[in-house]
Amino acid sequence: MSTLSVQDHHGVHHDEHGHEHHHDTFLTKYIFSQDHKMIAKQFLITGIIMAVFAMLLSILFRIQLAYPDKAFPLMETILGRFAPEGRMDPNFYLSLVTIHGTIMVFFVLTAGLSGTFSNLLIPLQLGARDMASPFMNMLSYWLFFIASLVMIGSFFIEKGPAGPGWTIYPPLSALPKAMPGSDMGMTMWLISMVLFVASQLMGGINYVSTVLNMRTKGMDLWKMPLTIWAFFLTAILGVLAFPVLVAGVVLLIFDRSVGTSFYLSDIVLGGVPQPFEGGSPILFQHLFWFLGHPEVYIVIMPALGISSEIIATNSRKPIFGYHAMVYSLVGITVLSFIVWGHHMFVTGMNPFLGGVFMITTLIIAVPSAVKTFNYLATLWRGNIRFTPAMMFAIGLVSFFISGGLTGIYLGNAALDINLHDTYFVVAHFHLVMGSAAIFGMLAGVYHWFPKMFGRLMDEKLGYLHFWITFIGAYLVFFPMHFMGLDGVPRRYYAFTEFESFERWLSVNTFITWAAIMAAVAQVAFLFNFFYSIFFGKKTTQNPWNSNTLEWTTPIERIHGNWPGEIPTVYRWPYDYSKPGHDEDFIPQTVPYSETMSSNLPHDFENNPVGMEEYNKWTNTQRSNEEVK
Amino acid sequence: MAFKKLINSKKLLSLFAMLTLFGTQVLMAQVESTTKAAEGAPAAAANAADKPSVWAGPFYYILLFLVVCCAVDIVGKILRVYDLTKQIQGKKQMNWNNITGILFLLFLILGLYGSYWSFTTQGAMILPSAASVHGEGLDTMFYVTFGITTTVFIITQILLFGFVFKYRGSDKRKATYYPHNNTIEAAWTIAPAIVLTVLVVFGFTTWRKITNHVDAEGETASIDIEVVGHQFAWELRYPGNDQKLGKMSYKLVSGTNKVGVDFKDKNSMDDLVADTLVVPVNKSIRLNIHAQDVIHSVYMPHFRVQLNAVPGLPTFFKFTPTVTTREMKAKEDNAKFEYLLYCNKICGGGHYNMQKVVRVVTEAEYQKWLAQQKPYLTDALKKELHFAETEQKEEKSENRLALNN
Repeated sequence: MSTLSVQDHHGVHHDEHGHEHHHDTFLTKYIFSQDHKMIAKQFLITGIIMAVFAMLLSILFRIQLAYPDKAFPLMETILGRFAPEGRMDPNFYLSLVTIHGTIMVFFVLTAGLSGTFSNLLIPLQLGARDMASPFMNMLSYWLFFIASLVMIGSFFIEKGPAGPGWTIYPPLSALPKAMPGSDMGMTMWLISMVLFVASQLMGGINYVSTVLNMRTKGMDLWKMPLTIWAFFLTAILGVLAFPVLVAGVVLLIFDRSVGTSFYLSDIVLGGVPQPFEGGSPILFQHLFWFLGHPEVYIVIMPALGISSEIIATNSRKPIFGYHAMVYSLVGITVLSFIVWGHHMFVTGMNPFLGGVFMITTLIIAVPSAVKTFNYLATLWRGNIRFTPAMMFAIGLVSFFISGGLTGIYLGNAALDINLHDTYFVVAHFHLVMGSAAIFGMLAGVYHWFPKMFGRLMDEKLGYLHFWITFIGAYLVFFPMHFMGLDGVPRRYYAFTEFESFERWLSVNTFITWAAIMAAVAQVAFLFNFFYSIFFGKKTTQNPWNSNTLEWTTPIERIHGNWPGEIPTVYRWPYDYSKPGHDEDFIPQTVPYSETMSSNLPHDFENNPVGMEEYNKWTNTQRSNEEVK
Repeated sequence: MAFKKLINSKKLLSLFAMLTLFGTQVLMAQVESTTKAAEGAPAAAANAADKPSVWAGPFYYILLFLVVCCAVDIVGKILRVYDLTKQIQGKKQMNWNNITGILFLLFLILGLYGSYWSFTTQGAMILPSAASVHGEGLDTMFYVTFGITTTVFIITQILLFGFVFKYRGSDKRKATYYPHNNTIEAAWTIAPAIVLTVLVVFGFTTWRKITNHVDAEGETASIDIEVVGHQFAWELRYPGNDQKLGKMSYKLVSGTNKVGVDFKDKNSMDDLVADTLVVPVNKSIRLNIHAQDVIHSVYMPHFRVQLNAVPGLPTFFKFTPTVTTREMKAKEDNAKFEYLLYCNKICGGGHYNMQKVVRVVTEAEYQKWLAQQKPYLTDALKKELHFAETEQKEEKSENRLALNN
């Protein structure tokens, strides 16, 4: 671990830097590391652990839904007082869904996904030696880590973790007496989220400034890979939206602890009128969803960026409509700030406002549709290599279509009247942002594993993992649409009290077993992941024949990324299968002068000197041919 | 080399066999012990007898999982041995690109069949067509949206997996360099934009029609019914002969005055309490929705009605039921059928059981039923109120005194 060999024009600085890091202790290398690659790995492994935890929670409540009348003695062994006599407590059920949602949305798909791949890829794909502020980057991870501890810690307090749903709508979340999950557990939830948002802001500011300031020579914005575009716009979204959540959360803390009434009014608890007056529960919903809706794009956009890169690389084709892909990402970013009201059509918000939000919401379907069509066009006449990463990226596109289409129902205020808060919603967002985003994350792990650990994951196990997870996810979420259309509400502890829901019991049992099957399949991934870190096949420098800069770094992952000068970029990242070139990829570091046979007039649109050279070359070629 | 590998996998096979043997033995032992327990303690027999049917014990499942892991490992080993022998013989290795391509195609076909099965079987289990006037408009819009999205769903999934299958990798081919085409891109930006515009306009007008509550001229006024949600039940209040609900305030809530009706308002005097939400067919109903403690949601899916009950923010929903409960029973061929109103916003531990029966009846039946309902102003409440009124008078006179001074 040394950067002594760093010899660019900042060589002197880096040599000194190198000396400082020469005696890397275990503590500075693995724990308080400031190397973006190590921080990425920390985010990834913490994210995976949180994902497994949240997945196990979902299996627990799925068992409750499948067998509402059965007692499971083992459950009491594991959960103790939360499952007296082997029967899950209704309040604890709500805590489970709350924490499952919170961890999956924030800790896995925001921190685990953005945190991992933004940290890993932004410097590597842009040609930077590290993040703009490595120290802040380290803080970002550690705040996230503490937030994770606090969140999981809430399982060990008397009344159990927070329980008012991951959206924590007051008054339920503001009145500790309203349910056990609104007591201490809710306080811990709020503390955890404040820490989490601080972590995200530090990360986000870092990502934005690195992308804007630290690109290597030649890497203008329009030469950035789509992954970077996605991470960049995601970070902007996060920086603008997350503070609003903190504002909302702080007011909620005041309501809970100081006795203010920001969100409370006209409340009677246990037959006694409470002194709160003048607040509005709807205010919290506005604040929450002002983050909450951009949040779902914070979750899905990095996954879309990752899949763009992986689909192009493995189809051996340039991504179709690079500019359209960027503009649609920008469109989604901007529009995502003015659609939050579609979560509130039936909350009593002014109906006219509902109509406006419906219009903006359905507009956002257009850039999403463009992205889907562009993916399809990229696959068209490609030469598709089925690496596990590619399969997960294809799975993502399939989920994105299936889940996205049901969004057209829910975005429609009128149809939402009957679908709001039913299983239709559960099916919709688990497909479009749950499954699709987790597939993007898994695709990224399979694809960049060699970059992170210098070894390859086992492909066959990857195939197995993909197929079971892919089929399992559809089996779990597809039937839920129909439950929703029958008016089955979400967050119900049991459907035993309604005669009309009893016919869905067999479907619920089926879904539970499909979920268990998919969960067990993750063992294949976990084994593959941890085994390959130590014993996987050694990788070559550019295992996927990819164009982007990260594959020009040495396998050994040195601090500072490149041993010599940082490479210069000459072309866009998607010159795959360019006619006239002998290989099916041309890395970004190859200048046009070395690929005269494959250049196209289009390559020199804003480059008159290059155009001249190109014309000269084509003319000589032509005259040579004439001579022949 | 390959032979060695084979031996290796044989070892694993024997291990697998041993494990299965061990597994069955353990299982048998377990079954025996449960039957013994059943004989020993007749009281626990019922419990013990139905337990193994769903839950054969965690040990069994862990064992099962280990067996599956072994099987996966063996299959993996066999594949590797097969591949290596092929390599040694100088023959072609397994082409995973082809295998995966075919699997994707298979997934497409089975997936489409599965969706079809799901649409027909589970699709038949969804709510019956709307039993309210505005609900019919919603249903139309639902089916228009359904038609469009299902078409897009089928076409795009076929294209996705079709391309994946057709263009699966091969060393002999090179992909087509095709970075962009502005015409196509413009086309598939505009096409969804047009479709969505249609849906938006359609949806917007429907939404406005539903939420536009101004009574048209000459229209008879809606029947006002109040529904108040609290953890974990609904309270119903009907207006009396004056057709007007009295005012209410959360500050007046007490043991006898459950929703806090204000009896200074004369309209309150003849208000009625009800247990079931009974409404006459083909009459406009205006549900006045309140919540006392946390947010609840009034959800009546058969009428396509849903609106949150928010503390501090009274809301209302107007709808006109069109099918009586009796007609629906016949239509659904279910003698037990009842319309329901239930909570659809997480509200605490009892959220899963917060329901009210809704009954749609003819006008005559409605009047008859209404006549039997008890007044809100019970004797107990009267007593309490008189007490309060005298107290209040005293307070007032004291205040005046203070002012005069």
